Amino acid sequence: MNIDSLTPLFASAVAAAIPLLLAALGELVTERSGVLNLGVEGMMLMGGVTAFIVVASGGGLVLATLAACCAGMVAALMFAFVTLTLQASQVAAGLALAILGSGVSAFLGRGYVGNPAKVSFSELPIPLLSKLPIVGPALFSMNALGYLAVILTAATTWFLYRTKSGLILRSVGESPVVAQSLGLQVIRIRYLATLFGGLMAGLAGCYYAVAQFKMWQEGLTSGNGWIALALVVFASWRPVRLMLGALLFGGVTAFGLYLQAVGVQVSAFALASLPYIATVVVLAVISRDQRALRRNAPTSLGQSFFGM
Amino acid sequence: MSETPTLLSLSGIIKRYPGVVACDGVSLEVKAGEIHAVLGENGAGKSTLMKVIYGVTQPDAGTLTWKGEQLTIPNPKAARALGVGMVFQHFSLFDSITVVENVAVALPGRVDLKELSKRISEVSERYGLDVNPWRPVHDLSMGERQRVEITRCLLQSPKLLIMDEPTSVLTPQAVDQLFETLRQLRDEGTAILYISHKLDEILKLCDRATILRDGKVVTETLPREETEATLAQKMIGRKFPECRRRDDHTEGAIVFEVAGLSLEADTPFGTSLKNISMRVHAGEILGIAGISGNGQSELLDALAGERTINDKNAIQLNGIAVGQLNPLQRRVLGLTYVPEDRLGSGAVASMSLTHNALLTAHRRGMVRTGLVNFRAARDYAGRCIREFQVKAPGTEALARNLSGGNLQKFILGREIAQEPKVLILAQPTWGVDIAAAAAIRQAVIDLAARGVAVLVISEELSEIFEICDRIAVMAGGRLASPRPVSETNAAEIGLLMSGMFEGAAGQATPAAVSAVPA
Repeated sequence: MNIDSLTPLFASAVAAAIPLLLAALGELVTERSGVLNLGVEGMMLMGGVTAFIVVASGGGLVLATLAACCAGMVAALMFAFVTLTLQASQVAAGLALAILGSGVSAFLGRGYVGNPAKVSFSELPIPLLSKLPIVGPALFSMNALGYLAVILTAATTWFLYRTKSGLILRSVGESPVVAQSLGLQVIRIRYLATLFGGLMAGLAGCYYAVAQFKMWQEGLTSGNGWIALALVVFASWRPVRLMLGALLFGGVTAFGLYLQAVGVQVSAFALASLPYIATVVVLAVISRDQRALRRNAPTSLGQSFFGM
Repeated sequence: MSETPTLLSLSGIIKRYPGVVACDGVSLEVKAGEIHAVLGENGAGKSTLMKVIYGVTQPDAGTLTWKGEQLTIPNPKAARALGVGMVFQHFSLFDSITVVENVAVALPGRVDLKELSKRISEVSERYGLDVNPWRPVHDLSMGERQRVEITRCLLQSPKLLIMDEPTSVLTPQAVDQLFETLRQLRDEGTAILYISHKLDEILKLCDRATILRDGKVVTETLPREETEATLAQKMIGRKFPECRRRDDHTEGAIVFEVAGLSLEADTPFGTSLKNISMRVHAGEILGIAGISGNGQSELLDALAGERTINDKNAIQLNGIAVGQLNPLQRRVLGLTYVPEDRLGSGAVASMSLTHNALLTAHRRGMVRTGLVNFRAARDYAGRCIREFQVKAPGTEALARNLSGGNLQKFILGREIAQEPKVLILAQPTWGVDIAAAAAIRQAVIDLAARGVAVLVISEELSEIFEICDRIAVMAGGRLASPRPVSETNAAEIGLLMSGMFEGAAGQATPAAVSAVPA
């Protein structure tokens, strides 16, 4: 492997990391409020198919992006209504949402399979910086959604740790009972956090459909919604670590593709499964330190709250 | 005092929950500048009444008048806007964030943390509530947490401050300090509603007392005209039950020995055990005092076998090393225990008493060739019910349908009937009514008289003094060497509870040390 081949490897790692980061960032905020939404994969697919249909029907990229966000939020709203208002199990409802999202997106997108996207996000190189060796093309020649992901990571960090609303969000996730006794509107805050999760998942789906693959097919996100869920745990619910984790997983994906490209004699299926194997390994490793994991996890994660 | 205007008056408050009437026509008047006690047993309706005042729940009937104006308090926010502050029994603080952030979360509008921390320091200094605004709450002792809660209330200059069982987690010294603060607030004109079932505190602190029983007001009285006995009689409706102690205690052989037991905490905010040693003799009751969260639950896990330890010799039962045996293996050797958590570890809520008896006593002829002999199990459960006067419809009653006291009597009975050599009890009378508590303590005393070694872990200091022969104190994961009960007193034990003892001095946790009043 020479130094020149690192450049495309790194660029494809970043490209694979961005949608993971977007989706995981949304899920991180949702989970920080104490809500575990396992339906990220479904919300991503809903966002992806919506963005693709908008583009295919002649809509522009901005409209497609907004529509994808709305689609993700509608899916999240259904989840929020079932779990927060009707008090259903978050795990069951999240799994149902993942399955529902795959099914509905496959149904809506069945006439579009195989067609290339009419318009798509293109790279926006930053002058000078994008000419840097190795990292230049990867970090300073991203598309608009890529830059947005970086900005949103910073913004989420600032929101969680520097604003009162962020403090309230974290408090609700730690103890909804205490939050309620202080007069905080637990259910409303959880609704908003869940909707943000949907919005970000929709954005991630949009990225796959009209920025990365520029096409639609059933199950376009190929399980990356699940990896995003694992990433949140991996990052122990902190946005900056989330970004590093996304790069790590993006790197594993890119490395698999790289090995295929240089013709390593390993089954393509085995290489494609690398990120999922990495997920299992990483989760197993970090789960060994249960204390550290629990110290950072929102204490009320996944528990229904009935009020008092 | 009769000249001061009434601040809050409740009239005919009724609150029903499925199956119980928590408040049944309660009326109450609180004046500015008085400490008003609301006294009653568990389940008398005290907490429900306070939740009504603080807007946490809505009454089904009755009126609430604040400064002469009749109104409803829809939620805690509205209560705080009126000037009602409440310090909860189980503190309403978030563990993972700092003191100042905990205060900020509760305040309306934008908050500048630096400026707020100054205000916190001002208020806490003025009322002798030593608090460092920048420390994370999980590092604080229970006494410090309470000071944070009170400070948070005081920042909103309340007219009425509700304290719900405020002393249950405090050392005797911290209680005195709290009382100073409360008296100062009263003298400045704040009304204080003081909820408690501890009679001595009410005699010491309160100006007036309203006594509740079964959701009704029994009487309103002036504590300075009462004694503990007369208050108790009004509270429980009959004479205060007392335990018969035996004083002719002779020291038996060592049955249970712990030597140099250390164990890492298994939860993020738990306490690790550090070099714990003790000996329990046959026929002796050893009490472990201390405020919850100083390693008691970790100790119980290690002694009972819910967690095994590396050094199997650190725990010995009749000379047999049991440190790596599981709870069942330890039961076979004669070690039984009654955990703190009745519904959860002590009994299964949704199972009948018969099934619950089977869970730990199945070796006593209830299982033959792998099959359950239900007749034997029912007989056993029935015997526990009879011998310990458990009020239950029968052996097939579900555990969750029993009151706390009756379930505790059943669980204790189930363990005692297994004829243990060592019995370990954790918080045996927590949340249990006075009559049942007395029965439980008597049963423990009688058991020891039959030669069983008993270990009682309790944060109820009066209970430890009442039944134990020797007292050891737990603080910061360490255990002070035990003192005979006749040679010590509450003040000494209180100091030990703050972590001031040999082997701990200089290396006690910051939380434990700062709990000592200056």
